[in-house]
Amino acid sequence: MQLELRGITKRFPGVVANDQVNLTLRTGEVLGLIGENGAGKSTLMNVLYGLYKPDEGEIVVDGKSTQFLSPADAIGAGIGMVHQHFMLVPVFTVAENVVLGIEPTGKYGTLDINKARAMVREVSDRYHLNLDPDAKIEDLPVGVQQRVEIVKVLLRDAQIVVFDEPTAVLTPGEIIEFFGIVKTLLDAGRGVVFITHKLKEALTVSDRIVVMRRGQVVGEVEPSTATEGQIAEMMVGRAVLLVVEKKPAKPGKTVFNVEGLHVVDPDGRAILQDVSFDVREGEIVGIAGVQGNGQTELVEALTGLRKVSGGVVSLDGVDITNFSPRERHELGIAHIPEDRLRQGLIGGLTIGENLVLTRYHDAAFSNGVIMHWDDVRKLSEDLVKKYDIRTPSADMLASTLSGGNQQKVIVARELSRDLRLTIASQPTRGVDVGSIEYIHQRMVEARDSGVAVLIVSTELDEVMTLADRLLVMYRGRIVASVDPLTTSAMDVGLYMAGSSPDQLKAS
Amino acid sequence: MDRISRTTSIRLTLLAVLSAMIVGAVIIVLSDITSLREGDFGTAFGTVLDAYSALFIGSFGSLRALSNTISSTTPLLLCGISVAVAFKAGLFNIGATGQMLAGGMFSLWVGFSMHGPGIVQIPVAILAGALGGALFGAIPGVLKARTGAHEVITTIMLNNMAAFLVLWLLKTTIFQREGRTDPISKLVSPEGILPRLFWFLDDRKDLLAHSGFYVAILAVIIFWWLLQRSTVGFEFRSVGLNLDASQYAGMHTKRLMVLAMMISGAFAGMAGASEVLGTYGYASQNFAGNIGFDAIAIALLGRSTPVGTAFAAVLFGALQAGGRQMQANTDVPIDLIVVLRALIFMFIAAPLLVKAIWRVKAAQTVEGQSFRGWGA
Repeated sequence: MQLELRGITKRFPGVVANDQVNLTLRTGEVLGLIGENGAGKSTLMNVLYGLYKPDEGEIVVDGKSTQFLSPADAIGAGIGMVHQHFMLVPVFTVAENVVLGIEPTGKYGTLDINKARAMVREVSDRYHLNLDPDAKIEDLPVGVQQRVEIVKVLLRDAQIVVFDEPTAVLTPGEIIEFFGIVKTLLDAGRGVVFITHKLKEALTVSDRIVVMRRGQVVGEVEPSTATEGQIAEMMVGRAVLLVVEKKPAKPGKTVFNVEGLHVVDPDGRAILQDVSFDVREGEIVGIAGVQGNGQTELVEALTGLRKVSGGVVSLDGVDITNFSPRERHELGIAHIPEDRLRQGLIGGLTIGENLVLTRYHDAAFSNGVIMHWDDVRKLSEDLVKKYDIRTPSADMLASTLSGGNQQKVIVARELSRDLRLTIASQPTRGVDVGSIEYIHQRMVEARDSGVAVLIVSTELDEVMTLADRLLVMYRGRIVASVDPLTTSAMDVGLYMAGSSPDQLKAS
Repeated sequence: MDRISRTTSIRLTLLAVLSAMIVGAVIIVLSDITSLREGDFGTAFGTVLDAYSALFIGSFGSLRALSNTISSTTPLLLCGISVAVAFKAGLFNIGATGQMLAGGMFSLWVGFSMHGPGIVQIPVAILAGALGGALFGAIPGVLKARTGAHEVITTIMLNNMAAFLVLWLLKTTIFQREGRTDPISKLVSPEGILPRLFWFLDDRKDLLAHSGFYVAILAVIIFWWLLQRSTVGFEFRSVGLNLDASQYAGMHTKRLMVLAMMISGAFAGMAGASEVLGTYGYASQNFAGNIGFDAIAIALLGRSTPVGTAFAAVLFGALQAGGRQMQANTDVPIDLIVVLRALIFMFIAAPLLVKAIWRVKAAQTVEGQSFRGWGA
């Protein structure tokens, strides 16, 4: 099967999301569709899946021009879509989820659950997906949930399966498994479209890579000959530094000290146990670890958002263990939170309002009763320019920005003042290449100006390149402190898994 | 809100009102059984025209109609702002009725125990009403901040408590009118009565609208200033849109919850003051009527913005005033107004339905941000 999108144009008020896009999909190959957030990948896929009607252009299936008015049309033509956010009912079993909408029925129109089970088992075996039809979705890890989505698509007889950012939610191990599944799909004669902004992954699995920028296809590259730098340049439109450039750190005196920190959850179970470390002026300390090993709670405890059950946190020798978020903020602690939509930003407020979210009460912006919006506007126009936030105006709602630009708003707000300490949690999660480079540079800049920087990230690459000193968290404890320059990613990976290189050698 | 979604939301609101009027027309036709039986659709449609024109004439068609509309609008607008303030801060205040009763009793007490001059007594009485409403509104606020009790539940309960409290107070010697055994209060002293809006037309004693309307207009301005200019209003909007981010930003979210409920209650309390000091001149058992509940529909219809809430309150006030005229002029009962209001409410709550009926192509879905209070 061959499916062509010809001259697709899709406009939204104020933007052309897709501009004369041509794209060919075939069975038997993996097409990598790559581009920054907001480049128009998702819009194009929504056109392909019948969710958006294009303003111009046509869809040609095996030489015949057709229209997809709804997802049902797209499914009928053999398109399957695995969304980034899974469409599963958590309390249903795998089999129940898979047959939703195409339920096999017995006599009297009742659900034939045995047949559903058999359907799941059959597909699961054929593609080596290893699924238990009776497992409940909510009990399954994310990687397995993704396989359930794949079975759903295959049962609806998809010839071409579209994956929207499939690896964003997966652990490194699950990613390798996922690539295996892609291979099996190919062997069975299906086609795969792999939407991503991760260059390395696109290069690993794709047969062909199409790069989009600002709603247009800017080129196609051959994965066997292309380099990451080349693709990044096409995506961003200029040369991009993929490695952080930084001089060796010149650490000064200790700014931030954490001593024997303990945190328990509401049921009394320990989440953090005896966590101790310090951060000095002019150095970046990184904390690595697999998600869910207490990093979120650690950052909340350090920023005053979570009660501490034991231990002392101090800044420049002052005990701030029980200080409120605002008091910490006033002492010069910046916090870039892990979830920018839940904590970092308020989408329904303007960019300007978000830029003063943590200091609107300062004398510069408010006399305690009245807001000085003119001064807020002045500052925000300044910051929009200085931090390269791409928006027509600071009066636009923050929700209208792309992920990378939203993160720049947070970075601008938190770093654009006198600081002693910056705590950044997952500072580049879901952010495009251009913005990652930018945000990393700002962190290094902050360090070089003498600020103590603490970066918590589950992206090992990120902390390995940024940190001057690397701590590893495992099950609520700091299990290792290493020099990222002399330690291999492999060894850090072992610490993250709760083991250690020495242990491995000994056995 | 950016421009595109704002125009869409205004258009959807107007279409919702229009849809309700059309369904209302169908109901009028269907209820005219005599004409229907005789197949006389002409008469039936005539009834619709008569009813709607009577509705319009009865609300805006004469000075008297206008006066009636203003009278009905005043408490609706004050309570509508009360509910809208709470919505903006992410709280669902169903207790405007209770807060209105509390405020009314406070201002009543000032009204009959003080004896002039009016220029002092009236402002004091109105402020007392605001204070009463604020104190009563603080209760669900504190309960939520301290214990997490949901304000929807607590405000409904407090409405009942307020109703019985008023009933009891009206039987005490402090409040009960001398020589009466039924629950009815002393009269507000003449200096304390809110002056008539049309005081300059001496021979028109039928123009009952009073200067409580100025209080309501002032309230709209205060509400606008609070949201757009004040620091605490910025905090309210933040908390209402995203509680987690507000906490992260260092806002004292619990204190803000209590404060928002108090300001909300103050507006409802002023509605009580306006009714007691202007409309009645005394208090009876249920001077709050259904206003506190209509106010929820008004705040939703007006999308909790100052101007939107004002328009919505005028619409509801006009329906109420015109409804009486409609009942007098045609066979259509005033109950149709209740149906119309319910229909408007229903269409507002179902924007997708309105979009489907009128084939509105919206670039962005307009979210009923006002409903956020439920999840909290």
